[in-house]
Amino acid sequence: MTVAPIELTNVARNEEGFFLDPSQWSEAMVPALAAQEGITQVTDRHWQVIRFMRSEYLENGTGPTVRVLGKASGVSIKELYELFPKGPAKVAARIAGIPKPRGCI
Amino acid sequence: MADRRHVLILGGGTGGTIAANRLRRLLPNSVDITVVDSNDDHVYQPGLLFVPFGLTHAGDLVRPRGRQLHDGIVYTHATVDRVDTAHNTVSFAGGETAGYDVLVIASGAVLMPEETEGLTGPGWGEKVFTFYSLDGALALAPVLAGFKMGRIVVNVVDMPIKCPVAPLEFCFLADWFLRERGVRDQVSLTYVTPLDGAFTKPVASKRLGELLADKGIEVVTEFNTGTVDAEAGTLVSYDGREVPFDLGVVVPLHGGAEFVGRSAGLGDELNFIPTDAHTLQSKAAPNVFVIGDAAGLPVSKAGSVTHFEGEVLTENIRRFLDGDSLDASYDGHANCFIETGFGKAVLIDFNYDTEPLPGHFPTRVGLPLLKESHLNHLGKLMFQWFYWHALLPGHSIPGIASDMPTAGKHQVPAGTR
Repeated sequence: MTVAPIELTNVARNEEGFFLDPSQWSEAMVPALAAQEGITQVTDRHWQVIRFMRSEYLENGTGPTVRVLGKASGVSIKELYELFPKGPAKVAARIAGIPKPRGCI
Repeated sequence: MADRRHVLILGGGTGGTIAANRLRRLLPNSVDITVVDSNDDHVYQPGLLFVPFGLTHAGDLVRPRGRQLHDGIVYTHATVDRVDTAHNTVSFAGGETAGYDVLVIASGAVLMPEETEGLTGPGWGEKVFTFYSLDGALALAPVLAGFKMGRIVVNVVDMPIKCPVAPLEFCFLADWFLRERGVRDQVSLTYVTPLDGAFTKPVASKRLGELLADKGIEVVTEFNTGTVDAEAGTLVSYDGREVPFDLGVVVPLHGGAEFVGRSAGLGDELNFIPTDAHTLQSKAAPNVFVIGDAAGLPVSKAGSVTHFEGEVLTENIRRFLDGDSLDASYDGHANCFIETGFGKAVLIDFNYDTEPLPGHFPTRVGLPLLKESHLNHLGKLMFQWFYWHALLPGHSIPGIASDMPTAGKHQVPAGTR
């Protein structure tokens, strides 16, 4: 599948790389966003997590913690760390174009 | 003749007691109020922190639940099996059922140490403890008192937890305790957290991080504990990092009450209950309301939150029973004293939108915010009296409304965060 190059420079993100406005996100941005996290090949398993993050955010106003991802996304915590070695909750949130998961106040 | 109506409250802890006492004053006698709990021990949970250091006695922290409830409230012992929101009934372990017009869920949070691999295996209660239960805090006390040399590691397995500052307070008090005993230079103290800093909110995280550094407490961040090898004394994260310890103090994963998981459509993955952040009405059904730790809200699981929620919750229940729209609105207000050792404490005050800021509370003249002071320590000690005599009866504390005050706060320029 060829993906048209996506312009990420117009996307407003904070100093940690999280979207300021999640409505600016589109699925077409995913390969470029993933590449910035060092993920060169976005697999179906990555997509499953990214779409779950996105739907959790739209429903609850915040992304899930790793624990909730492991319980509810259909991907085990062990595999989540294989897919997103630098920390699933934050990295997947950046790729899914949602704010930093609060999880915790 | 008015129909009798029934408000059923599940849980006789902080939230259930506050809700019941406030509702009894607010509602006419044609509304029956029942509180159900499975045991009669109301524990003053903020006191658990002091138990391992011998600074308080277990007996002083526990009172009978029923005695905190005012006249005109029915109190019964039963274990909830499940809630059926479609039929407005609750069934109990013995097979009985009870109907309700309004249900208040105040069943709190439970510890789930068995969710972490190895945590409850060999070594649990010998080399690894938690102070988040009375039994755990009591078991830790003699071990800590005899600890002379080695590595103490304080670990939060995952958020959310009750009182997210308590593990930091434990570190501060352990530093004080070990210094008092003259063994601090032979003991390393490490705080291991899943967060990317000492706390979730930037300004407070920076200040608390500085306090940890000042006291020589190491911090390991973004550590998601996968396995605890209690016997060998190792924490292992999901990304393969290891932290060795001689004494592990672990705050286990928290979840909502088990019956929530058995009740169709009521809870989330961790058995917390999705709840409207402002009205405190559950998402499951309009006549089900949630207070305190049981709620899946982006607020601290803390007594102050529950206290501030109480006023909003009970007003909205009154409105619901009268057929009015719910217009009472909770702003996420929380505050807490953070014990920092040596007779001092820090006070923080915040809500959904405003992070903890420096300044004074509740007005320009008041307790210092985000700063160590002896006055805040006295405030923390005094709070125990307020808890039994003002919070649980459902009174407001004079000068401290449920909306977060801003008068005494310094707005911190964004660049310094």
